[in-house]
Amino acid sequence: MDLIRMRKVKKTYKNGVTAIYDLDLKIKKGQFVFVIGSTGCGKSTLIKMLYREEKPTSGNIVVGGLNVAKLRNSKVYKLRRKIGVVFQDFKLLNKNTVYENVAFALEVIGEPKNVIHEKVIKSLELVGLKHKANNYPTHLSGGEQQRVAIARAIVNSPKLLICDEPTGNLDPETSMEIMKVLLEINKMGTTIIMVTHDTEIVNKLKKRVILLDSGRIVKDFEEGTYNHESIKNFK
Amino acid sequence: MKALRILSRNIRDSFKGVFRNFSLSLASISCITITLVVVALSIVLSINVNNFTTLVEKDVTIVAFLRSDIKEEEAIEIEEKLKSLDNLEKYTYHSKQEVTDEMKESSETFKSVMDSWSESENPLQPTFEVKVNDIEGIGEVAKSIKNIDGVETVKYGEGMIEQLITVFNTVRKIGYGVVAALILVTAFLITNTIKITIFSRKREIEIMRLVGASNLNIKIPFILEGLLLGVLGSIIPIGVTIYGYNYLYEHFNGQLFSPFIKLVKPNPFSLQVSGLLVIIGMLVGMFGSWRAVRKYLKI
Repeated sequence: MDLIRMRKVKKTYKNGVTAIYDLDLKIKKGQFVFVIGSTGCGKSTLIKMLYREEKPTSGNIVVGGLNVAKLRNSKVYKLRRKIGVVFQDFKLLNKNTVYENVAFALEVIGEPKNVIHEKVIKSLELVGLKHKANNYPTHLSGGEQQRVAIARAIVNSPKLLICDEPTGNLDPETSMEIMKVLLEINKMGTTIIMVTHDTEIVNKLKKRVILLDSGRIVKDFEEGTYNHESIKNFK
Repeated sequence: MKALRILSRNIRDSFKGVFRNFSLSLASISCITITLVVVALSIVLSINVNNFTTLVEKDVTIVAFLRSDIKEEEAIEIEEKLKSLDNLEKYTYHSKQEVTDEMKESSETFKSVMDSWSESENPLQPTFEVKVNDIEGIGEVAKSIKNIDGVETVKYGEGMIEQLITVFNTVRKIGYGVVAALILVTAFLITNTIKITIFSRKREIEIMRLVGASNLNIKIPFILEGLLLGVLGSIIPIGVTIYGYNYLYEHFNGQLFSPFIKLVKPNPFSLQVSGLLVIIGMLVGMFGSWRAVRKYLKI
């Protein structure tokens, strides 16, 4: 079954720049998808529309049964509760502890305290940071901060995890650690879409790869068919 | 249950927000404090002016002099006619005898002279003293009384009273205008200060949106925080009002310059003003936060 369906999606920004042209895309439940392409190819716009930070100018986007293209601003939270988002710059609250940062996602939706505690600990365990629950983000390394961000994104057991260059600020070794965590999460059934520049990771993991160029999908490699040489023709 | 949990968290978060961003909170609080002190001063001043003018107006009396040789029955008839007048607060009748006795009592000289008068020689007139509800209609009431049969002359300080009313009305209007303008300025200042506070927490709002907080969920802690800032900011103005006004009242012995200008008693007046200050602080704080958060929410 498709978790994401995009049909004839077009996005033109107010300044007249069109970032996405006539894009069709289907992503099945439980898939792990890389979105790659050079800077300015529309990767960010594409995923921003998925978590409804941007609205498509035309076309249809359905995420987990929700018509995202028609979602009103005041109802965006309904979508956000079903998905998790991870960014390059972590977006943690530095004045709150690791535990509080992760718990935040559950508190805003009104979960009872004991449920929050249980889920937060489970989530921190998964990313291997249970022992740092009472630390503040500023005392953690970049990789650890990103793991906190991932813990926060998945604490709500979302169907979809969107990652916008999660390893962009990290060294290769730490990046692989993050990827291991993400693969673990994917194994548990969460669909993951990851935008990245890191060809090494993409090469290694052999997942589905979508190559964007100038707002269009120029190549969609099924799982295992991607190799780094083949994309050179497009660059 | 769920809503209650969210609300209690919101309250906790609003306290956290105030203390974790203390330097910015302090900026908002001092802004609220300073403006509320000015508001308090102007409220105290304008209410005192209002009180004083009302007292003066209450003192204004119409005196209707009846014919000197009026008979008791005729006086009763006049009284009946008086009763039917609109805008009449109260009246008192002083018979010829009462007026005479009063004068005699007031001085020995009067007494000796007046004692020599026979009944028919007594030129004093029985009077009705009339007070009105609405001072602005005093001229009309006086005119109607004048038209009653048996009333010879009517006095109420014509000319001067009208002027007094005009002056007082102007003073009062200016007072209210100043208070209203100050409250508006306060609202504006506080809104802007809180905007800066919230601007520095744009990231927090962004993250809240990201993890699925509804707009209401985001707004409430900030609005509560504004309310809290308003309450904290009104503490010093309240102190100033209560202690300052009590001190002022004691110092001037309840009157300003002359017994003519009476100050409003500090109890419960200063408490009422304090209550008003808290309410203004809270409302303005909430309004400021609400405006500021709205800016960062896509609604």
